[in-house]
Amino acid sequence: MEEVKQQVISLPRLGEPAPAFETATTHGVLKLEDFKGSWLVLFSHPADFTPVCTTEFIAFAEIYPELQKRGVELLGLSVDSTSSHIAWVRNVEEKTGVKIPFPIIADLNKEVSMAYGMIHPGQSKTETVRCVFIIDSNQIIRTVLYYPLTTGRNMDEILRIIDALQTTDEHKVATPANWRPGDMVVVPPPSTQEMAEERVKQKEYECIDWYLCKKKL
Amino acid sequence: MACISPDGKPTESGTKMLRALKSRLGSAEEIAKDAGLPLFRVRSGLRELTQAGLANQKGDKYEISDKGAELIG
Repeated sequence: MEEVKQQVISLPRLGEPAPAFETATTHGVLKLEDFKGSWLVLFSHPADFTPVCTTEFIAFAEIYPELQKRGVELLGLSVDSTSSHIAWVRNVEEKTGVKIPFPIIADLNKEVSMAYGMIHPGQSKTETVRCVFIIDSNQIIRTVLYYPLTTGRNMDEILRIIDALQTTDEHKVATPANWRPGDMVVVPPPSTQEMAEERVKQKEYECIDWYLCKKKL
Repeated sequence: MACISPDGKPTESGTKMLRALKSRLGSAEEIAKDAGLPLFRVRSGLRELTQAGLANQKGDKYEISDKGAELIG
């Protein structure tokens, strides 16, 4: 009888510490802990010198100043070599004028890719899919996004998520659907009947009912 | 290596860090501010400079070594 082996790949989950790594990048050997104190967007792409990835790298470079304003660093990853990454970013700059200012992991041995569940065999057995891990300044995973090989990422959404997470952390609130900075935020729902009765009387809140109240920041 | 070239000379970022270290004993955060480099680059760079004997670590602070000072003149 043929033995069927199924490889179970564990994926890092929200609220858990980001898996540690020490790896070669285009900016030298970096450890995850080097980013402690900053937020980090760790993202993977399938391969260098490919069309969708090139558009994404240009787009990531374009939002880099906005990310820095928010205390966020960027770190790319693919299973290509450092030499390939260097050749690609130089080519991008030569052809488009866009300098790639952030490091890229050369994950030839797939150690980081496997630790972060970036290889999805149903999409490709050899390349990483388009993952985004938003890691906070305490190195806790706060958001995980996966995109298929054929779909380039939306930079506005990545910035919006970071704004929402940082607003939640600062003000202890939640953010409603399609929230943008400046919009009203959701007040955490009351946990007792007494609090619910008090909540609907509070004039600073705009309430649909006791469990859905919004306020301005 | 990001801070030291294969010929053993410090790169531009390595030189910035060594210059910052020359003026004072500093933490990675202080060196990043003085050198105008991202903190993650400085943490990684200080590891390299220390391993190469161009900087010395004293607790959570760093200082330039005699060899490092000689290299940047």
